[in-house]
Order: sequence, then structure tokens, then C-alpha cells
Amino acid sequence: MPGWPWKNVLALQPNRRSGGKMSNYRIQGATGEWEVVIGLEVHAQVTSEAKLFSSSSTSFGAEPNTQVSLIDAAMPGMLPVPNMECIRQAVRTGLAINAQINKWSRFDRKNYFYADLPQGYQISQLYHPIVGEGELLIEADEKAGLPEDKIIGIERIHVEQDAGKLMHDQHPSMSYVDLNRCGVALMEIVSRPDMTSPAEAGAYLAKLRSILRYVGSCDGNMDQGSMRADVNVSVRRPGEELGTRTETKNVNSVRFVMQVVETEANRQVEVLEDGGRIVQETRLFDPTAGTTRSMRSKEDAHDYRYFPDPDLLPVELDDAFVEACKASLPELPDAKRTRYVETLGLTPYNARELTAEVETFARFETLLSETARALGKDEAKLATQVANWSLSVAPGVLKSLGDEADPANSTAEAQAKILKLQDAGEISGGQAKEIYEIVLKTGRDPEEIAETEGLKQVSDTGAIEAQIDEILRANPEKVEEYRGGKDKLFGFFVGQTMKAMKGKGNPAVVNQILKQKLG
Amino acid sequence: MSVDKATVAKIASLARINMSEDDLDTLVPEFNNILSFVEQLSEVDVTGVEPMTSVIPNQQRLREDAVNADPLTGGDIRDKVLANAPVAEHGFFGVPKVIE
Repeated sequence: MPGWPWKNVLALQPNRRSGGKMSNYRIQGATGEWEVVIGLEVHAQVTSEAKLFSSSSTSFGAEPNTQVSLIDAAMPGMLPVPNMECIRQAVRTGLAINAQINKWSRFDRKNYFYADLPQGYQISQLYHPIVGEGELLIEADEKAGLPEDKIIGIERIHVEQDAGKLMHDQHPSMSYVDLNRCGVALMEIVSRPDMTSPAEAGAYLAKLRSILRYVGSCDGNMDQGSMRADVNVSVRRPGEELGTRTETKNVNSVRFVMQVVETEANRQVEVLEDGGRIVQETRLFDPTAGTTRSMRSKEDAHDYRYFPDPDLLPVELDDAFVEACKASLPELPDAKRTRYVETLGLTPYNARELTAEVETFARFETLLSETARALGKDEAKLATQVANWSLSVAPGVLKSLGDEADPANSTAEAQAKILKLQDAGEISGGQAKEIYEIVLKTGRDPEEIAETEGLKQVSDTGAIEAQIDEILRANPEKVEEYRGGKDKLFGFFVGQTMKAMKGKGNPAVVNQILKQKLG
Repeated sequence: MSVDKATVAKIASLARINMSEDDLDTLVPEFNNILSFVEQLSEVDVTGVEPMTSVIPNQQRLREDAVNADPLTGGDIRDKVLANAPVAEHGFFGVPKVIE
């Protein structure tokens, strides 16, 4: 939705709470350095069964115009009634970004005439949005170009209707209109212009998506259009007044957002250095070319003549409603990450990797509790082992198998059994991988695989001792050298023993017995 | 408050309504009649009065999140929805090609 008029008043100054810390990202122009200032407006489809003001379905991919009610088609005399779930999800999202919840909000009509909008206006919230000021933390990530944690301000979240879909390429002289999406609830989440590099803009969108998915208020499927960002970019000389911004519409991936910031900022620098000026305008991103181009909208196209929708009363929320929303929130990414580090003793890197996606932490937590149960040990004691398994060992095996693996075989129960065998010293790390491979291919039981396939370490001290005695007997001169002070030879004996045992000796036991014998 | 011909022409174009000069000449005084009639309200001193959103004290009622709960506000009625369309093909509305 182009050119919000209120933005000129409300959103021009970066959020003070961000502490004014700037990233080091600069564009090197021919005439010197330029800073980039970025704000994002993210449209997120609210997870609900029915639409915002009608009871037609929101499900994706249905036959054209089968999910259109008389309200969505804007038949005369139809009365919109807001869907409570959409209101609830917007409030929950607001609470998840520590935002002010407005217990009194109201819907307004945004008037424009276009074939994807049969009402002739979009019902939105201009003057009294349901969610006010909030904020979101993007975490330091050196490799991604984020030297330190940064708080990005969020100005507001309002609820509005989506429009229909136009298809221009199906008929030589007509456009086809599908109104299935028309009236689906969207949250528009408007950031402060607090971001100053492509990396920050990308991290903001990724973090916002993560929070929405934790909360369950949006499925975050960017390739199905459930989340898309309008990217506001301007450039300025370091420390100077903000420049004129452009808005690039409907960017639908984190990578594209970063690309838009980069190409659009560079384009603006070029224009300014050539003595031109930036026109405040709406632009489109072409992912194939990696460039943005002007939409050349008519000047008066932005005259939306907003006014309160007379069909709808103000939405008034009571304390109980907001409290119930608060109580329904799960542990959120920041809290979970902190707990993983402080209580489970994970490294900050592992904690971040495990908490980024809902699926990842869900799998990890299930496996951790299953392993703790199987081993009768405390979760904190096993967390690092399970984290390494979940983040590197298991994905490595899964990847190496490709299509041969059936991910459905990768149950928490099976993986916990493998970890238990390994923890007990019955199998080595290498054997754990081999067993997991067979589990993925066949779904067989790990304990049975270890037995049948001979994938077990020998921990039997008798057998190991016998093997070591033999090695020592066969290498009397090496034994002498070792006893004479050539410590490095210890590795030789370990190697010989393991080789003789075909790699199945328990290394801990082998080491221990060797030390005794050579002592 | 009053409007001039240019304003009326602009409103018409925003609504994609084609208007001849004659239409505009008729409409401008009509618009201004309506506006000045409504403007009488500005004679009332409303200092400190909250804007009224409804004549009866009432809150917005909210709907349960249920698909097609009510036949009047549900989907699955494509034929009805398309019945009045000047052109409907393959389940779509057909409109003159619009590319922005």
C-alpha cells in the first residue's frame, strides 16, 4: 500500500531507544561516504480459518472465486463483522514485541479504485491501530556483518484486508480477477527507520518472521505470499538530515530485502552524485535482474481520503482479553535463547541456531527430553551432546543420504536410543552415524542394528587386555622406547590396538588399559 | 467549506467516473449545497465532547473464527458471486486489461 500520509509526521526520526548506534555500513560514492537509512513495512497474513470480516475460508490454492462471500464481493447491503481470532492474533503479536496494546481501536476506509478491490476501499486502521509502539532485538552475528545486538523500534501494527489477485497473462485483452484472497486478514507491521545496513534489514525480517511463527499468528511462508515487505530506503551524508526515501513494494524474501537495500541505496547515491534528486516514489523489485524500477504511479493515486468506516464500531478490548492473550504466548525466541545458554549450558552459537526456527527447537526439545528420560539423566547434563547431534551430526548424515533417507524414520525415540548407546560407551561416534544411516533408510531399531550389524564397541576389558598384550609382545623395542621417555609412541599403541580390533574397541577403555600396562 | 470544479473532477477521476463538462457544471453547485447544509453543524459548540461512533452505547461484536458458519457470509458460492459479472470466464471475473 503506497505512501502512507501519516508516515511523514510519525516516522521520520529514528527511534531514540536504539541508542543511535550506527553500523559501519557505508556506501563509497565518488564524492565520499553515504549512510543508508531503512524502514520496513511487513504485511503478514494472520493465521485464521476465516477471513477478517466474513466467514469464507482463507486456505491457500483453492479454485478461483470459490472462497468469496457476498461480503468479500462487496455486494450492496452486506455488513462486515470482525473475526475475533484475527484481533486476538494481532494482540498476541503486539505482546510478543513488547508493544503497547490499544484497548480502543477503530477501522478506517482507505479509498482507491482498482479491479482487485470490489469494495472500492480497503478496510484498514489509520488513526487508531490496535497495536502501538514496540521493539525487536536483532542479535550480533559477526559473520553476517552485525557487530553487536541492536534494538529496532516498531511503530505500530494494524489489521487490514488483503486485496484480490489479478492475472494479466491469461487473455489477450482482459485481466482475470480472483477474489479468494480478498478480505483475508493482514497485519501490517511498521518499523522505525532504525536499520542502517542490508544485514540489519535482513536480520530484522528474519527475526520478525521467527517471532510470528513462535506466536503462531502468521505461518511465515514467504514464497506463498504470507509475508512480504515494503522496503523504505534513503541515503544521506553521515550525520546529516534524512534524505528522500523510496518504497520498494512486495519483496518476498530475506535475501531480496537485502538486495533491494543494496541496489536501491547505490542507485540513489549515483543519482545524487550526478547532481540529480531522489523522487519520493513507489518502486518494484525485479529479482531476475536484481534491480528496482519506478512504478510511475500517477501523482494523485495516493489520495486515499481515509475516514472511519461507518459499518464498524470501535473495537474495545477488556483486561481479561489482553491477559488471556498474554497467557497464551509461548516462550519467545530471546527468552529461549537465554535459557539455552544459562540453564542448558549451550554455546551462544548453538543456542541461536536451535532457536531460530520453530521446527528446529521443537525437534531439539523433544529429543532432549526423550534422551534425558532414556538415560535417567538431567537435561542440562545432556544438552550439549544433544545439541551437537541435532545441529551437526544428524543433519550431516541426512544430507549425505539424500533421497535414500526417509525423514519419517528419524523419530526422537530412535535418536535417543542411539545417543544412549553412545553415552554408555557401547558405540563410538562413527558407529552412531552408521546406525543412524540404517535407521533413516529402514526405520529399524537402533539397538537391534547395533547387535545385528556388529556396530558395537568392545568395552569388555578382558578382550581388550588380550589384544593389548599381543600388541605389546609383538613390539618389544617400541615398548622400550616408550618407557625410555618417547611419549609420542602412546598414539602408536592406541592405533595398533584399534586396528587389531577393527575400530570397535572403546577408546576410553583402550587408553586406560594401555596406560596401566605401559605404566 | 466549498468545492470547485477541479476538485469535483479529481474526485470523479479517483473513482474512475467519466464526467463531461456539463456534468461537472451541474454537480459543483449540488455538492456545495450539500456541504453548506451539513456545515450548519459547525455552529454547535462541541468543545470537550467525545466524537460519537454510535447512537446507542454499543461495542463492536466479534465473530467466531469458523468457515462458512453462516450461508450469507460464507464462501463456496462462486456461481452467485459471478452471476452479475459482465464477463466471467473459467471461474474468474474478466475485466478490461489493467496493468499498472
